Amino acid sequence: MIVGELKPVEEIVAKVKGYSRILVVGCGGCVTVCQTGGAREAETMAHLLGMALRDLHVSLDWTCVARQCEFELLEELKPRLASFDAILSLACGVGVQAVAEFFPSSPVIPGLNTTFMGMPVRHGRFEERCQACGDCILDLTAGICPVARCSKSLLNGPCGGSQNGKCEISAEVECAWHLIYERLERLGRLDNLERLVLPKNWAKSRDGGPRRMVREGLVPDGEE
Amino acid sequence: MARSKLERILQSGSFAVTAEVGPPKSCNAAFVRKKGNLLRGYADAFNVTDNQTAIVRMSSIAAGIVLQQEGLEPVIQMTCRDRNRIALQSDVLGVAALGIPNILCLTGDHQSFGNHPEAKNVFDLDSIQLIHTVRTMRDEGRFICGEEMKVRPDVFIGCVENPFADPFPFRVTRLKKKIEAGAQFVQTQCVLEMERFRRFMEMVCEQGLHERAAVLAGVMPIKSARMARYMQKNVAGMMVADDICERLEKAQDVQEEAINIVVEQIAQIREIPGVRGIHIMAVAWEEVVPEIVRRAGLYPRPVTEIE
Repeated sequence: MIVGELKPVEEIVAKVKGYSRILVVGCGGCVTVCQTGGAREAETMAHLLGMALRDLHVSLDWTCVARQCEFELLEELKPRLASFDAILSLACGVGVQAVAEFFPSSPVIPGLNTTFMGMPVRHGRFEERCQACGDCILDLTAGICPVARCSKSLLNGPCGGSQNGKCEISAEVECAWHLIYERLERLGRLDNLERLVLPKNWAKSRDGGPRRMVREGLVPDGEE
Repeated sequence: MARSKLERILQSGSFAVTAEVGPPKSCNAAFVRKKGNLLRGYADAFNVTDNQTAIVRMSSIAAGIVLQQEGLEPVIQMTCRDRNRIALQSDVLGVAALGIPNILCLTGDHQSFGNHPEAKNVFDLDSIQLIHTVRTMRDEGRFICGEEMKVRPDVFIGCVENPFADPFPFRVTRLKKKIEAGAQFVQTQCVLEMERFRRFMEMVCEQGLHERAAVLAGVMPIKSARMARYMQKNVAGMMVADDICERLEKAQDVQEEAINIVVEQIAQIREIPGVRGIHIMAVAWEEVVPEIVRRAGLYPRPVTEIE
């Protein structure tokens, strides 16, 4: 899932200043699961902003759509938009951009910082797991991703800063390569670590520019 | 004959001495000259660190050139933190074009340690891939992309390894990977826990790695007991034996004791099978290197034929 974190209210207040009718839009997808940008948070945000901007006579309302990252699910916002001069989106960066693209004349303000692709490791605590590098090697690394979880995205094992299972950057951060080592040892596959892994093709990652994916069979006939 | 004096000394079977010269946090070339001249004659080659601990300093290649102008042989440290494969390969060509014969490839400390923790890191390559890249450029005359070059960089390739990091058995595997990728000499993290280093060298020798690359043991004079305790508790990837801390804590003359400790360590290291030299990292205490080298019986340094 995509994990997002609410921006500080003061920052949002600064961003919405100048608008007088603001619609706060939550997203029913990932950010509802991590309880930062769903219906409940949209309602709370509308109240908070209403109080913060009371003296400026700003009117606020809120709503939530099933997912902000699909155009057809944004249709329902259309009839309401005439009464607002800005949208505060509590979706991830994908949702914010979908709203902006779907409503070309409406200003859209992000209410969240999109932090990472990850998962809850215990209630209320989320950790990064994937960086969408575009070339998965989890089979070689025992199901633990060094690209996302090693602070240096190393591919040939832990650096000299790994000690007692912790990363050199902080005692709070587990060394991903230490985890990989232990798991490969359990699986009897430590030989994986003896192999020289050659430089990675980062062109399949973000470094190659914005990416596209075409799912064969889903593209309507006659289109490319 | 090898272009690198360090390589020639190792080939001759002499016990090698290298020392570290950290470039300044300014463009003061006179500072580099002064440090270099202080150490002249006391080491065979001089490591120039590459923005060590992620603090911006004079570029290692530029500082290396200043040392070379003074007649000292630099070992250019290159980390993977700040440059992608385009810049790294370009700098390898630059180092060789300037006549510097040694490159040491490292991963690099994470930028969060330094004075620009908000920087974007690179790590396009890791240290093992960098070693492999330099070797391929030198021996096959090819870049990573496969394109060929007309004049190949003739450099002696070094790496580092940390016997005090974990998982311990992997440290020897990693050294083996580095040697297979092309490393010809190895400088270790500072040995401040002799037993662990002995075990590491035993494993290195069991696998015959000491015959495939020259191992230089890192040593570091520690100026104060407080610093020793700090490194023992807070520096990732370091191990400091309790008795070192205690000796410094009890010493009347701490600096004298620090030198005694290093000199004793060097004597012990010379007895360990497979070790072919030492690398002295006297961070912010370079002026003590001559005394250490003299008292360790490693002065004068051998003169090689080219000189």
